[in-house]
Amino acid sequence: MKKLSARRRHPLAAVVVLLLALAATGGLYAAFAPASKAQADTTAQSLAIDEGKKLFSVGCASCHGTGGQGSSDGPSLVGVGAAAVDFQVGTGRMPAQQPGAQIARKKVIYSQAEIDQLAAYIASLGAGPTIPTKSQVSPEGADIAKGGELFRTNCAQCHNFTGKGGALTHGKFAPSLEGVDPKHIYEAMQTGPQNMPSFPDTTLSEKNKKDIIAYLNAVNGDDTESPGGLELGGLGPVSEGLFGWIFGLGALVAVAVWVAARTAKAKKS
Amino acid sequence: MSTTTTSDSRPSREKAPAGEKVADWADGRLGIYSLAKSNMRKIFPDHWSFMLGEICLYSFIIIILTGVYLTLFFHPSMNEVTYHGSYVPLQGQLMSEAFNSTMHISFEVRGGLLVRQIHHWAALIFLAGMFVHMMRVFFTGAFRKPREVNWLFGFLLFVLGMFTGFTGYSLPDDLLSGTGVRFMEGAVLSVPVVGTYLAFFLFGGQFPGGDFVARFYSVHILLLPGIMLGLVVGHLILVFYHKHTQFAGPGKTNNNVVGMPLLPVYMAKAGGFFFLVFGVIAAIAAIASINPIWSMGPYRPDMVSTGAQPDWYMGFSEGLIRVMPGWEINLWGHTLVLGVFIPLVIFPLVLVAIAVYPFIESWVTGDKREHHILDRPRNVPTRTAFGAAWISWYFVLLVGGGNDIWATHFHLSINSITWFVRIGFFVVPVIVFVITKRVCLGLQRRDKDKVLHGRESGIIKRLPHGEFIEVHEPLSQEALHTLTAHEQYQPAEIGATVDENGVERKVKGSERLRSKLSEGFYGEDSQIPKPTVEEYKEITSGHGHH
Amino acid sequence: MSSQDIPEENLPAEQVDEHGHGAVALADETNPFADPGLPPHEHRIQDIDERAAKRSERVVAMLFTLSMLATVGFIASYVAIPRDKSIFVFPLGHISALNFALGMTLGVALFAIGAGAVHWARTLMSDVEIADQRHPIEAEPEVKAKVLADFKEGAKESALGRRKLIRNTMFGALALFPLSGVMLLRDLGPLPGTKLRHTLWSKGKLLVNMNTNEPLRASDVAVGSLTFAKPEGLEEHDEDFQLQIAKAALMIVRLQPENIKDKRELAWSHEGIVAYSKICTHVGCPISLYEQQTHHVLCPCHQSTFDLSDGARVIFGPAGHALPQLRIGVNEQGYLEALGDFEEPVGPAFWERG
Repeated sequence: MKKLSARRRHPLAAVVVLLLALAATGGLYAAFAPASKAQADTTAQSLAIDEGKKLFSVGCASCHGTGGQGSSDGPSLVGVGAAAVDFQVGTGRMPAQQPGAQIARKKVIYSQAEIDQLAAYIASLGAGPTIPTKSQVSPEGADIAKGGELFRTNCAQCHNFTGKGGALTHGKFAPSLEGVDPKHIYEAMQTGPQNMPSFPDTTLSEKNKKDIIAYLNAVNGDDTESPGGLELGGLGPVSEGLFGWIFGLGALVAVAVWVAARTAKAKKS
Repeated sequence: MSTTTTSDSRPSREKAPAGEKVADWADGRLGIYSLAKSNMRKIFPDHWSFMLGEICLYSFIIIILTGVYLTLFFHPSMNEVTYHGSYVPLQGQLMSEAFNSTMHISFEVRGGLLVRQIHHWAALIFLAGMFVHMMRVFFTGAFRKPREVNWLFGFLLFVLGMFTGFTGYSLPDDLLSGTGVRFMEGAVLSVPVVGTYLAFFLFGGQFPGGDFVARFYSVHILLLPGIMLGLVVGHLILVFYHKHTQFAGPGKTNNNVVGMPLLPVYMAKAGGFFFLVFGVIAAIAAIASINPIWSMGPYRPDMVSTGAQPDWYMGFSEGLIRVMPGWEINLWGHTLVLGVFIPLVIFPLVLVAIAVYPFIESWVTGDKREHHILDRPRNVPTRTAFGAAWISWYFVLLVGGGNDIWATHFHLSINSITWFVRIGFFVVPVIVFVITKRVCLGLQRRDKDKVLHGRESGIIKRLPHGEFIEVHEPLSQEALHTLTAHEQYQPAEIGATVDENGVERKVKGSERLRSKLSEGFYGEDSQIPKPTVEEYKEITSGHGHH
Repeated sequence: MSSQDIPEENLPAEQVDEHGHGAVALADETNPFADPGLPPHEHRIQDIDERAAKRSERVVAMLFTLSMLATVGFIASYVAIPRDKSIFVFPLGHISALNFALGMTLGVALFAIGAGAVHWARTLMSDVEIADQRHPIEAEPEVKAKVLADFKEGAKESALGRRKLIRNTMFGALALFPLSGVMLLRDLGPLPGTKLRHTLWSKGKLLVNMNTNEPLRASDVAVGSLTFAKPEGLEEHDEDFQLQIAKAALMIVRLQPENIKDKRELAWSHEGIVAYSKICTHVGCPISLYEQQTHHVLCPCHQSTFDLSDGARVIFGPAGHALPQLRIGVNEQGYLEALGDFEEPVGPAFWERG
């Protein structure tokens, strides 16, 4: 162990890590890709797929079809990838409760293990984006300022400057990104859930996504500082105007009432 | 010669106190004694709503003080620089010097953020204060002769305040304000014939160019505030000259003003109120963030954020522009951009609608007397209803200006809100007008009942034959006077159409209109005749004693 | 001076308006609505109880002292608190300690001065109401006559009415000289020319991805994705970057070719990849709220909505015409390239647009 950590700063260490990581992702991809067709073998992976299939036929098949091929009530899931499942089920959007302008985030009803099994099953139907690893979504080593620029170019138009959310047409909305697991943000960018467009690695690189997540973490995290005081929802002039009217002018009018009021008279005896 | 006279005038006393000597010196050059004679003990009536104007005055002074401080650090330049300040999420980003220096004020200058926030909060409160002050003057009829000019001064201050605010909001060159400036450019472009030229002259070429921050800066810190300062001084001189209005009450007539003297009471109250206003605004700037430009980032014409709104006072124009259908006419190689130009034309009309009302009213009443006793809003139902309708109009547009925020926070469709505003623009003011008028008439009836039958005492009495009645207490003479002090106009008739020689004269259209309007303002449906002495006597004697 | 001292002739007996209302007299027993005059002054507790007055005095002094302490606190905070210190204050959140401390101490220092002064005025200064007389603003007829006579005299002496030549040339001169000022405004900006009609796009220019700063391949753009592009050769450090990107910003989406309803849109696309101007045709906001299922794109500023599957036609909101489309193709290396400039001006409409 000690030896290993001593070599951490070796010029070739990065290359080695990269190779290992590539091998791992490659392996993972091979395991998830439909080509694996691991019908007969009894590995954990195929167990997961079997479990996932069971969960799917109970919870999802009524809308997405028994083989995930889709129906009039739900789109085909062939090729959406594990990332889409992890996002949709992991944020509670799926299973959907009622039809509306948009399926919103709600309480998650599956455990992470079940979600992984479902994801494994869907991934076995057709190749798609995989669930990002911890290091892909960690803010370490990311360029926050570049992330900010990317966020303002690609995301802020719907999700607001710092990810507070915003309105779309006919009751649809871009949700607030506050308190959303970085993993889910990554998956959303990759898969483009519902009306959100996707930002695949070919146009928004892995590094770009990492930067964006780091920026969000910096400006909309749990202990993001708002130097000026109350953030007022971070919504800009509308909430500032309301605050100015209610608390600013309101306080001043209250003070004016005091200034102008007659002082209490002594009681007549 | 003069020295002897001076010494002669104080033969027995020793020296005058130092303050008096200074005052003598000043009087000899400025005539301050004559000035102070009529002003030092000037009487101001006490009412909280009379202090709304002071809120505006004081926030204006606060804005000037903090604004001067900000100019010490702000660089009105659009040269691109790389950010190397202490705010990490913008490190290494390209931005204009204007943005960079605003970041510097916010993060590196100690207290700079506070001053920035005081400046901006005070600006929002200044405009909100002017709005409320204007409405107070409107609903109490304080704009009537001799104060029409001061009403216009105030109105101009409100409009100039809006534009001063808008130019100031644009100075930091952040992503939000840049979007606002872009909108402005689009609006200027929509002007038929000269729009393109105007836009090029305003921006020194194509948008965004490198000039607008510097140009807006001189407009924001010099041109508009200079004019406003002049108007404020004029406004205050007129307030002193006219003496303040007052509400009706015992001892208060159209020929006097009842209240407390400037020295010492109002010196302390008004002077103290300045500190109160400043204190409240400073505390607000300590606890609530405003315009956090660091989270918006520097302006780039290819970037935008949702929730792009102007400050509240421009919100109604934003509403106009958002709800307008996209009409565009192409004729003979030219484009008439009605979708933008019509809102641009309605924008001043909304404001002018309220500004000209006083003149319409005085034309309808034909009243040439001075008015120093304020109206209770209920006693002038048509005016009150018009004012309420105007406010509702303004607020419908404000809702339109924030339609995306309402949509997300109340889970509504942005399209439905837009449609609501499109229809509400025409319908809501009418409904509010009708309702307000009815409420006013109801209140007038209640006042009449109170005068004629007394105040409901809450005491229930059982009469010998078993009937229960509530005892009504007669009002004091003070209350009776206050409730009957208002004047009621009668609808103006069209004068005789046949002169003494039997020649028929032509009735002018304006005369007809005036008579129609007068009927609408003061006709049977628009006011409840106030109780007369005869009615009162008949009822009080008829009822006997309670 | 209380109301009882008001001499009767100043009361509004003469205030009879044209409709006959409002004639009231103070001692008129027949009129129950008559103005009874100012009510007699009632004493406050501070006026009769010296202990209460002392209490008020102490409160005022305490407020002034509080203000002094707060100012000391302001100076202490300024000196002692580092600029980047962050504190958590419920319910405000994580805020700058310096801003909070300076603002609160300044606020208290100022508020306490005001509160002290007002409390002093309300409890210790006389609260006897005084009535001041108003005087009509209009001048007396003699004064008016004198002024008019003076004016006529002056006008006559100037001979302005008689010597028409002087009058006319003077008006001419006064009317013309402001033109110099107008002329001076000419160089505020260049003339528009055709500047609004052209962008940096031209035949063969590659579409460069805004995120990676690399040219885009057709194969990079997936169905349902959204990408922003700028013309090859335009870099963020360029002096005219802001000006050029304000017109050249591009929004790239890929649709299934069979979903494209507009024939020209299909012809100008490459395998379903369409490139539209990112600048809204309403007032120029960068429009880009793309809904990939409906193919609608919404402007965040004024909610103009365009249908990207139907030639970017306006389907809602205040925009007056469709977003301009850029004709694109693919070069031999598989990179997306422009096949020319936009055929119509991008951004907001203007008079000469046609």
